[in-house]
Amino acid sequence: MIITRQKLIKEILSSLTGSKNIFLVGCAQCATLCKTGGEEELIKMEKELGAEGKTITGKSIIDPACHLIKVKQFFQKNKKGVLKSDAIVAMTCGDGVQSIADGTKDTSVKPALDSLFLGEIQRGGHFVQKCILCGECIIDKTGGICPVTICTKGLLNGPCGGSKNEKCEVDRERDCGWILIYKRLKDRGELDKMKNISDPQDYSKQIKPQKVVL
Amino acid sequence: MSLKRVLESKKFIVTTEAGPPKGTDISKMIEEARPLVGRVDAVNVTDIQSAVMRLGSLVGCHILKDIGIEPIFQLTCRDRNRLALQSDLLSAGVLGIENILILTGDHPLSGDHPQAKPVFDLDSVQLLQVVKKLTSGKDMADNQLDGKPNFCTGAVVNPSADQIEPELIKMEKKVKAGAEFFQTQAVYDIAKFEEFMKKARPFKVPIIAGVILLKSAKMAQYMNENVAGISVPDKLIREIDGAKDKHKKSIEIAARLIKELKPIARGVHIMPIGWERLIPELLDTMEV
Ligand code: SF4
Ligand code: SF4
Repeated sequence: MIITRQKLIKEILSSLTGSKNIFLVGCAQCATLCKTGGEEELIKMEKELGAEGKTITGKSIIDPACHLIKVKQFFQKNKKGVLKSDAIVAMTCGDGVQSIADGTKDTSVKPALDSLFLGEIQRGGHFVQKCILCGECIIDKTGGICPVTICTKGLLNGPCGGSKNEKCEVDRERDCGWILIYKRLKDRGELDKMKNISDPQDYSKQIKPQKVVL
Repeated sequence: MSLKRVLESKKFIVTTEAGPPKGTDISKMIEEARPLVGRVDAVNVTDIQSAVMRLGSLVGCHILKDIGIEPIFQLTCRDRNRLALQSDLLSAGVLGIENILILTGDHPLSGDHPQAKPVFDLDSVQLLQVVKKLTSGKDMADNQLDGKPNFCTGAVVNPSADQIEPELIKMEKKVKAGAEFFQTQAVYDIAKFEEFMKKARPFKVPIIAGVILLKSAKMAQYMNENVAGISVPDKLIREIDGAKDKHKKSIEIAARLIKELKPIARGVHIMPIGWERLIPELLDTMEV
């Protein structure tokens, strides 16, 4: 899931300078689960922007906002409201913001959220990053724990020597990724895997922007 | 004598380090380095130490070489991608800088530009492999080099890491990747270090023990709390705390540690951490 966090209202307002009529759009998937772009959040945003003198011309939640066809369907249904607005405030991830812009022609779309990471839902409201989508999954060699993501420096060949009390040198609150990998491999009797030298990552696999066509 | 030859000899190795300035005034660096000429086997030049932006290690090495000191070019994985790392290594080769020390490097978040993009394109093991490959006349992508550098390459190890097994696994990988010598994190606990040396013996690689000048009780407590693998015993903390002349005591403690390390390690690497001026006096005091 894409984890998002709402921008400060003053940041959102500064992107809306000169825009009076605002259409609010959320997302029924990730942003709803993150409590950043679901029904409740849209109602709250309506109140907050209203209090700052903005007129909300309509609000809608797309399921999901990163799906261009769904965005186009939303636009057909809400054309009148959208076209009389000065801006759409998208309470979606960065992809949603752009598909909304693409699917609604000339409307200016403003992001209300910051997109943070691809996250695992540990329980309601607790999200952690476990994969940075590096394009070349190697975690068969590391006991199923991703060093690219969990080790702050993304090292592939073992700990940097800075971990203390099993915590990372960069953030003493966070577990050292390599100690986690070491323990997992040791428990499984697979410590030999740690002894093989891992090759450098192939960053050509991460060249942006990427495209997949089935 | 080159570090390579010293490593091949039986001599007890003494290295220390110099930190390039933040700015272009190199006079202090030179002034502190001059008294070391002919007195130590080599001097490490740190590479943007602690991720605090400063003059580069390559230029620092060149300056030391100019005044007659054998430099060790510290190269971290933090700031350069594989293109820049290889290019800087070739530059070192051209400048006649033969000793390289490969480190992971502190994260930019620990330094004075926490907003910087951390690179870590290669890790220390991979970078050691690259150094070896360059000396064989090829770059990382297997392209032929027109003229190849000659290096004596070292790496670092933390002999009292809380988890010693993964540290040793990584050390073994570094040896496989081409590390010809090791310099260690500061040692204060000789018994623990001896234990480490036993475990590292099968790697058959020279290990130069780190010695940090202990400046005060406060510094010891700070290191104990924050620096991985450093545990200054209470006895030493009390000793430095009770001393009127901290400089004198600091030298006395370091000299004692070095004496105890002599039969165990291949040499010592003295890290002055701001007290560079005391190194000549320490060299006078210690018995090697
Ligand atoms: S190696 Fe890590 S970052 Fe890369 S795909 Fe696998 S889990 Fe994701
Ligand atoms: S302390 Fe552990 S997690 Fe942190 S950078 Fe070093 S190896 Fe990676």
